Order: sequence, then C-alpha cells, then structure tokens
Amino acid sequence: MTTRMFGAPIKRKEDPRLITGGGRYVDDLGREAWVAAFVRAPHAHARITGIDADDAVGLDGVIGIYTHEDLTGTIGERLPQLIPHPSLTHPVTTHPLVAHVVKHVGQPVVMVVATDRYVAEDACGRITVSYEQLPPVVGLQASREAKKLVHPDVPGNIAAHMIQSFGDVGAELATAPHTLHLDLEIERSASMPMEGRGVYAQWNAQEQHLTLWSSTQTTTGVRAAVAATLGLPLVKVDCIAPDVGGGFGVKIMHPYPEEVLIPWAARELNHDIKWTEDRREHFISSAHERAQLHEATIGFDDEGRLLGMDVKFWHDNGAYTPYGIITPIITSTQMLGPYKPRAYRCEFFSLYTNTVIVLPYRGAGRPQGVFVMERAMDAIADHLGLDRTIVRSRNFILPEEMPYAFGLLFQDGRPLTYDSGDFPASLTKLKALVGWDDFAEYRAEAEAEGRRVGLGIGCYVEGTGVGPYEGGHVVVEPSGRVNVATGLTTQGQGHQTAFAQIVADELGVPIDDVHVTTGDTRRMGYAVGTFASRAAVMSGSAVALAARNVRAKALRIAADALEVAETDLDIIDGVIQVKGAPATSIPLGMVSILSNPLRYSFDEASKAATQFTGNVDFDRPPVDPGQEPGLEGRDFYSPTQAAFANGMHAAIVETDPVTAEIKILRYCVIHDCGRMINPMIVEGQVHGGVAQGVGGALYERMAYDDAGQLLNASFMDFLMPYASEVPHVETDHLETPSPLNPLGVKGAGEAGCIPVSAVIASAIEDAEGFPITAMPISPVQLWELRRRHAAGEIPSLKTRHSNAERH
Amino acid sequence: MTETITEPPETLHDITLTVNGIPRPLRVPARRLLSDALRSELGLTGTHVGCEHGVCGSCTILIDGAPMRSCLMFAVSATDYRITTVEGLAEAADARPCSSGQRMNPVQQAFMECHGLQCGFCTPGFLTTITAYLDQNPAPTAEQAREAVSGNLCRCTGYQNIVKSVLRAAEIKAERRAEPHSTGGVDTRTESR
Repeated sequence: MTTRMFGAPIKRKEDPRLITGGGRYVDDLGREAWVAAFVRAPHAHARITGIDADDAVGLDGVIGIYTHEDLTGTIGERLPQLIPHPSLTHPVTTHPLVAHVVKHVGQPVVMVVATDRYVAEDACGRITVSYEQLPPVVGLQASREAKKLVHPDVPGNIAAHMIQSFGDVGAELATAPHTLHLDLEIERSASMPMEGRGVYAQWNAQEQHLTLWSSTQTTTGVRAAVAATLGLPLVKVDCIAPDVGGGFGVKIMHPYPEEVLIPWAARELNHDIKWTEDRREHFISSAHERAQLHEATIGFDDEGRLLGMDVKFWHDNGAYTPYGIITPIITSTQMLGPYKPRAYRCEFFSLYTNTVIVLPYRGAGRPQGVFVMERAMDAIADHLGLDRTIVRSRNFILPEEMPYAFGLLFQDGRPLTYDSGDFPASLTKLKALVGWDDFAEYRAEAEAEGRRVGLGIGCYVEGTGVGPYEGGHVVVEPSGRVNVATGLTTQGQGHQTAFAQIVADELGVPIDDVHVTTGDTRRMGYAVGTFASRAAVMSGSAVALAARNVRAKALRIAADALEVAETDLDIIDGVIQVKGAPATSIPLGMVSILSNPLRYSFDEASKAATQFTGNVDFDRPPVDPGQEPGLEGRDFYSPTQAAFANGMHAAIVETDPVTAEIKILRYCVIHDCGRMINPMIVEGQVHGGVAQGVGGALYERMAYDDAGQLLNASFMDFLMPYASEVPHVETDHLETPSPLNPLGVKGAGEAGCIPVSAVIASAIEDAEGFPITAMPISPVQLWELRRRHAAGEIPSLKTRHSNAERH
Repeated sequence: MTETITEPPETLHDITLTVNGIPRPLRVPARRLLSDALRSELGLTGTHVGCEHGVCGSCTILIDGAPMRSCLMFAVSATDYRITTVEGLAEAADARPCSSGQRMNPVQQAFMECHGLQCGFCTPGFLTTITAYLDQNPAPTAEQAREAVSGNLCRCTGYQNIVKSVLRAAEIKAERRAEPHSTGGVDTRTESR
C-alpha cells in the first residue's frame, strides 16, 4: 500500500447503499411476518384490577393476545439486573408484561399479535384494562421527600447511595480563604434516535433455532438474555443488528421487554413476528437520562486554585434500575474534568420516580458533572475578578503529571487514572479559535448597537474505550477478499469504513477488498457492545491485532513458498513480495489457498493446494503442528483501564434584550481523541454531539406533569433542534495519543455533547450578568430570571466575566 | 379470551400507484398510509417512518416533483400523481454512475462526498427534499441551504455536512448541466478520497 489509510478522510463504504435506498433497518425486514402491538399503561402508578379483551379477540387478523398470566416459565420472571453494584442496595426490575402494578406511563401490559399492524392496534384499542390508581412520585423533589413511595419495599425511594472521595474535604473547606455554595440542576432529556427500537424474530422449528434482528447497541447481550429467558442453548440463538438508525445510548439497554416477548411469541406461534416501536412508544417506554439536582460547596485560594470540593447530588433513575447506577457514577467521577482539586468528595443518591427508566444517553452523566464543575470555575473567576481561562489553567492537570491517578473508581470498576492529554495546549488553541482575548472589544461594539452578547467556556475529560474487551476476526479468501468481523454494533459511526482503514493498513491490502461486519453473533460471538465511546478504541484495536496475526501467518506461508526469509517480505496492495525484488511475489489470495491444504480443487487457483501438486515434504504434515488451516486470525483487546479523551468548547451567544430569545452566534470546539482514524468521521461525530448538546441546553426537556403524564411525547412538542437551531460548528483538533492501545486512539462518539450546557450557561451568564444555575433554559425562563434579578431576588455577578478578561 | 365475535373484514380498494415511473397495482384499505403502502405493499423500504405525525420528514417523497410527507397521505389518494421515492432519484437525467457503480443524482453524490449522513435513517427524506429544492433554487447561499433543510430532523450529523451537501449538490448539478452530453461514464470526482 503506498497510501496510508489510517488518518485519511476516506469516504464511507456504507454510504452508496444508504443513499440509494438500500439500507436494511429492522422494519425493512420480514414483510411476511406477523406483527405485535402493545397496550401500554396510561397511568404512572396503578394496580391492574382487570383486563377485558373480549372485544378484540374476534377481530379479523388477530392471532394472539397475551398478558402477564400467559407468560409461564422464565419469560414470566423479572428482567435481569444487568449491572449489579454494591452501592445499588435496592435494585428493582420489571416483568416483560406488567404483573400487578404499573410504575410508569408506557409500560407494556398486553401484547397483541396480528397479521397487520393496523389490525393489531385496532385490537389494542378494544382491550380494556381497569386500574386502581395509586399516588405517583414524579420529579426529584417529590422522590427525595419520600412522602410517597414508588416501590413499597424501597425506603426513601433510594435505589443507591454512594460516596467517593480523596483528600480531607472537611479540613480543606474549613481552612480555604474563600468558599462558595452552588445549587445546580439539569432536566431530563433523551437519546431520541430517528429510528425507534424494533425486533424481528424468526423461529425455525425444524432446527429449534431462533434468529433475531434487533435495533440494539449490543447483539451479544440480547442473544444471551433471550437464550436465558427462553431456556435455549446459546448456540440455538443468533442476534443481528442490521442497519440501526441511531442509538446514542438508549439501545444499550437489553433486554427491553419487547426483545424477549417477540422471540417468545415467534416460538409459541411458530411464525415470524416483528414489532416496530412508534414515536409515542419511544417517548414513553424507551430510556431517558440527565435529570439531577446538585449541591456543591467549593473552597479555593486567592489565586483561584480549587482546594476542596464537596458535592452531593440526586439522580432520577426512573421506575426501575436494570442498567444499575452507571450514569451517576460517571457524574461523580468525571465531574473532575481536567482539574486537580486537593480534596474531593462526591455523594449521590439514585432515586426512584414513576417515570420511564434512565440509562446512559450520549455523554452519560458527564454533561451534568461538567456543568457543576464549570459553573464552579466560573463562580471562582467571578468571585476573585479573574479571567475564567486563567482560573481554569491554574487548576489544570499538566501533561507532565500524566498518568494522573485520582484515587477514585471509574464506571468500569477500575481506577480513575488519566492516561494522556495536554490541557494547556487545548486551551491555547481554543482561545485562538474563538478570539477570547478580543471578545471584550467585540462586546463593546455589540453593546453600542444595543445588542447583548456573552462568551462562554466549558472543559471536559471523557473516559472512553472501557472494557472488558472486544474481539476481531480477519480472514482472507482465495479471491483476496478480506472479511473482518467484530461483535460490537454500529448505529451510524462508519465502522465499516474506519475498521477497514485499520485492517487495510495492517495487512497491506486495498481498502476496497476489506469488508467489515459488525454486531452479528453468527460472525463474532464474543463482544460487549457499543457505548462509552468505545468502538474505535476496543474493536479498532482488536481488528488491528487480528490483522497482525493474519499478516504474520501470511508472511510465514509466503516465506515457505518463495523460499525466502519472512523478514525479507512485505505486503503491498495485497501482494506479498520480496523487498527490493518485487517480481518475486505471491498474492495474498494465493497464500490463502496454500494455507488450506485441499483434497478437492474447485477452480483453477485452488489446484495449487491439492495433494498431488507441487513439492511435498513427506516429513511434514499438510498442516504444520500448532497451525490451523485458512488464512485467518482472531484476537481480542482488553485494556487495563479507559482511555481519556478531552475537549474544550467556547461559544458566543446573543440574548434579545426584550424577548430573551437566545441565539448562538459562534460555537468553537477543540477536540482531543488521540490519533484520528478518519478525521472526516470524527468531525461528524463532534458536529452531531454539539447539536444534541444544543438541544439539551436550549430546547429539550421531558415535560412530566404531577400525575406522571409525559405532556410532550411527540416531535411536535419535544423540541429537537432542526438545522435552523444548530449553529455553524468551528472545530480544531489536538492529537495526544493514548499510550494504552496499539493505535493510540481515544473515543470520540460522545464528546461533542458533553460540555454544551455548561458552555451555553457560561455565555448567557456573561451576557446577562447574573448566575445561570439550571439547564436547559428557554427564553421564557430567561425572561423570568431577568424579572427576578431586577426584583433583587437573584444577585448580580460581582464582575461581568469578559470585563475581567479585557487585556 | 372468551368467545369469538366475527366482524366483517375491512373493505379493500384496488388502486394503481405510479412509483418511480412504474405503474404498481395494489389492494389496500382506505386508511392505509402512503408510507406504509410504499414500504409494505411495494417493498420500497428506502422511505423511512420516523414519527408518523409529519414532523421529522424522514418519509418525505416527491409527489409530481414536490416534497410530501408520505405518512400524512393515504395511498388511495395518491393514484393521480407521479411518486418518486429515494429508490427512484437515480433515474433523474442528471444522475451518473458513481465510483461504487450505483447511479446517483447530484444530491446523493454530494451526500457521499460531504459525509452528509451517519446512520442514514433520515437521509432519504433529506435527499428527496433537497432534490426538489434545487430544481427550484439551483444556486442557494449557505443561509438558504440551511433554511431549505430546516423542515427535516436529523439526530446524527448536527446538520453541518447536510448544509454542505446542499451547496455541493448545487455545484454538481451545474457541472452536469454544463456537460456536452448528458450521459457520462464513471464520474472520476467520486473516488474514495
């Protein structure tokens, strides 16, 4: 290969298919399948007193109607507690169909199978479920007060309580020259991929084999859960994620009730069955995230150095805890960002509410943690009248301090130790990109025109590429075609391209010859899943290691065939040749043929591998001891800890002096994910993350009323940003390689959205001159804050930030 | 689950839809959404359904060349129109074979060049919308390009490269208009980098 693929902005291999209507999403499969629809709970907390399906049974096309009572055996038991944790003292999961008491609006109560979705929904409409309503617990305040309980056997609504700390926070706060207290809030939002969830199950009665297609972020997870629930041997279940229309976290949960119910019904009825989630169902039955209340006390010196930080927060985990407490653990550890307080203590309570379950949504607890820390940094700068970037840089962990160990445990149960990053360099780049030092001048000009503008900043560190492991399998066919498989799944990240780039380089083959399969248990049975910005780090490293094994094997076989030393060989464009004498060569495809000694030839090329051709060494068996036939290799990557990416964002916003409309004028990103496999794809990930961050900062919230009804469960009312709401995103990159993996990469998937709420709050605060402590913020809310500020209920900042930053 | 009450089956209508230039006979109930008919009855699964209430735009198709949410239209009411789905975009006169062999119209080509998509789910709706837009507005500014795509939701790209794709598509269209012959061979601009 003359051109290196790694690091090049290669056009995506998946695009020609997706652009021409050739995508294959779950609902595109199974045209002959029967379909399922669900009667879902209309109340947030209620006891089921009766289910009457008489009117639905006779409907033409209805095949079956099922309630919890019909689910006998393991399928009738509670779904698994996926991630147990010692601090999760009161875990609760639900049954696939509600057994007795519904705990949130949207829970599936009855499943209908019919020949057609329209009929299935007609039937759902004719089923009457009677309820005795119970008092719901909605919102963190109500849950914290615990006057009502979500689960009668969970006192105080507390699912988990956890404390992590280092240093002596009490002593530091007691002796710090300055202390401040901050109350900070982030509201609930959700991943909201354009494609909802979907499951399609094929039961092959003859083979007693189940094939399952799911719009999931983990096929090995779904497969194992379904096999266990249906009592099938693992070998009799396969799960495939076909094209998946976005995930962002919500599809890492498994099994969702439908993921076990659809295959169960397919086996019961011996017929293909499919279920496709509609948008309302997605709003009220697929996971949310983000809602947290935080109280922080910070102590700092005259220079703005953070001496002690004591944080307590309350995390809304919804009605059940199948995914454990990953999100609040991430908040409590990643709150630290690029800074090194002398002492830190973080205590959290994970609380039940009668709302949809909560699990990681892109950013996964970091947007909240970063919001707290960055609000603290701005508060310190304001208190001391210092430039906000100076306060930050005085608290930075420096490059020479890497690896930096905090003495806390991260979300993977391993030490929180930063491996890489150059925070001062990132900040310098950011200041240059946004024109930090020139802003005061810009603001003066704007104010002269009667405009109100502000500059904001936010920094974060993101632990990416967490274990336990991923695997790669690489096989070269006699044609020279290279098949690559890795078990984690793809939801638009361009894995077919990025992993092909890695393998093309490692193996020395043209990228067009490399074909990547992800998320198919038939091709790779050992995998974890796509979450935590881990695909490039984990599977990227795994396919690189697997390709290296294949390369070594190819060189060994070729050296034998060409009667030269392995070290004299190189692989160029899929041909193994002698260095300096390229005429002495053998194509990789031919090596593949030679690697597999044959009794029977099937074409001209394969004759070379049969028993009566060539020079045979009678002292050696056809396959050497310790070797396997076939030019293939497999390997796994399992890191000791996460690789820590980082970034810094800045924004300039304008707030309308009259209407309080908030407009982002500029948005700047410095991003460090180590070595970039494909900068075009990385850039796209950053763009998408920022847009989701903007949604979370200014528009998106889950509007639950006190009864637990989600009032905005449609795209009409849940304000996801259109192009008109997302600013142009300016980016620059720093590449500090991770020393932890063979590629030097760090994850990039979540980065873009992590600091956006902090950045926008910082900028609005700078524009308005009073603290912003809760996000998202709407014009109405800002207008109300102005009114309260004018009435003296909210104090002014001591210094307008960017005035302190005039140079 | 007690005794069965049999009800009369739903009335079905024999209709013909003209989709991507081909008359397609089908039998549907009056309430069958056009999006569902295209996907289920005709197997044209390139049209995606993201919200079923006309907000996201994923299901946008062209009705006599104009963008229309196919989830807001009944199949039985679409019989008098020329319907174009994403599968038919490459039949346009200014479509060309790209490096991978598939024919693509200028908008499809631009999406590939500019990384205008990630998961691809919303993409067909953008492609149809932009195709119709550029027929009316062949040389938009960046601001107009952004406005043109502001009726469709995308959760992956942050729209940055979609806006870029609109502008690039306008360029490609202009280049192809300027070609002496409208049927070209492989477009060399589309190599893998």
